[in-house]
Amino acid sequence: MIRRAPRSLGEHAPILFPALMLVVFFVIPFGLMIAVSVARRIPGGFYEPDLVFANYERFLSAFFGGVLSFSLELAALVAVVAVGIGFPFTYRLARLPRAAQVRWLVFLLSILSLSEVIIGFAWSTLLSRTAGITNLLVAVGLMAEPQSLSPSFGALLAGMVYQAFPYTVLVLYPALARLDPALVEASRTLGASPLKAFFTVVVPAQRNTIVATLIMAFVFALGSYLLPQLLGRPQHWTLSVLITDQAIYQSNMPFAAAMAVFLVLVSLALVGLSLLFGRKEEA
Amino acid sequence: MLRWLNSLMAGLIGLVLAAPILVVAGVSLNAKRSLDFPPKGLSLSWYAEIFTDPGWRGALIASLVVAAASAALAVAIAFPLAWFIWRWRAPWARAFEVLGMAPFILPPVITALGFLSFWSTFGQYGEPWTVVVSHAVFFVTLPLVTLSLGFGAVDRSFVEAASTMGADDRTVLRTVVMPLVRPYMISGFAFAFVLSLNEYIVAYMVAGFTLETLPIKIFNALRYGYTPTMAAVTVLFVLLTAAVFGLIARFGDLPRLLGAWIKQD
Repeated sequence: MIRRAPRSLGEHAPILFPALMLVVFFVIPFGLMIAVSVARRIPGGFYEPDLVFANYERFLSAFFGGVLSFSLELAALVAVVAVGIGFPFTYRLARLPRAAQVRWLVFLLSILSLSEVIIGFAWSTLLSRTAGITNLLVAVGLMAEPQSLSPSFGALLAGMVYQAFPYTVLVLYPALARLDPALVEASRTLGASPLKAFFTVVVPAQRNTIVATLIMAFVFALGSYLLPQLLGRPQHWTLSVLITDQAIYQSNMPFAAAMAVFLVLVSLALVGLSLLFGRKEEA
Repeated sequence: MLRWLNSLMAGLIGLVLAAPILVVAGVSLNAKRSLDFPPKGLSLSWYAEIFTDPGWRGALIASLVVAAASAALAVAIAFPLAWFIWRWRAPWARAFEVLGMAPFILPPVITALGFLSFWSTFGQYGEPWTVVVSHAVFFVTLPLVTLSLGFGAVDRSFVEAASTMGADDRTVLRTVVMPLVRPYMISGFAFAFVLSLNEYIVAYMVAGFTLETLPIKIFNALRYGYTPTMAAVTVLFVLLTAAVFGLIARFGDLPRLLGAWIKQD
């Protein structure tokens, strides 16, 4: 079997089906969304093809600016906390015996695949008055009576970090599992304490991985669409929630599409940036 | 000292990760229709309700059917693509690989909105089968990644040996390549299955008003107040998810699937 460029139609045939599916069901919907974003809205939930930028002009409103800056700040905070805890954790994880690593990975993957609905429900239960952790504090005498901790900004942050943490660990895992152990051994031989070796050898060596992971976790957190509704108050709604709200409940598809196009541009720019950092690591 | 601190950190993280699930599991055992923890009285009736109540049972079946069908379709899209890229020297085909990765990296609401515009433009909005196609394209990334790893791991000298002995492409694929990549194909299917089972936003935007999958059912039920049945469904989902990943770990190489290999060259 020689690996050369395919020539005949028969040799090209296998890629026809996947290519068709991806173009019809991803590229075309994407293009349609862009078309809808410049469509003109007709009151009553419909829109007709046009080339107006009224939907984009609404970005300039103070309300939109508030939602956008809150979304970005929240995503940044979630990314920093998740990577801050996730990096040392993953470093240790990658050095555990294989069987223990597999157990942790199964656990983390299970949490990562949980529906946002389930995470939101579980956290609001954990923070509720009847079943929540405040009951524990009452039991040990630290609190007079149980109270509800959700909805609040703290609850939202906890839920989002919970959701982003397994993702962060799994993004960091390949890089940290492949880290050359000789690097740390050398610094230990030269007399560095394990902590010093971690901060002066491992962290600087993985600087680009850390930046790339921060960006990936940031984009991941930007995508959270249910937790702000379930664990936060209306002022904690993010761009993703606003898009869903406009598309489904306000029946304003053009505005929702315009915000989605904007979110795509922000995400693509960030992912591009993270690939750039990731590539430096390889070199 | 440091070792002890490390174990403490891992233990704490494990506890925080498990805490919401444990509380929900406790709540699901309440005897009365209340969300108390620790549970007041013990009862498994909320678990029984998932299977006896037509609403919950219907949602469970809808979720399982959508997940199985869309995971199968995702593998059917990913397999020929990954094989083609591995078999031929065709750099342009990488563009389709990138297309397959994109929906997974972008915020999910974007893909969901794209599908909503697409299906409503073509008058199919609300048709249950559109969820299957949408999920298959949304999650095609997973089998694509596992299968690319699988093909990458095939020793090309086996393939050369087979073709020197006169096997054509089809025979090589069937007798040499297929048995080697099968575990990766199964893992890709399992990943897509589990994620489709838990997916909310795409299913909701595409057919939320006509087809109630379990996550949609839970969210709709949340608006009318919390019941222990939701807790029972959550526990069932967690167990199902953990069982699927446990099986992948049992029959496949999980650390390798997640990218932890030492570079050979």
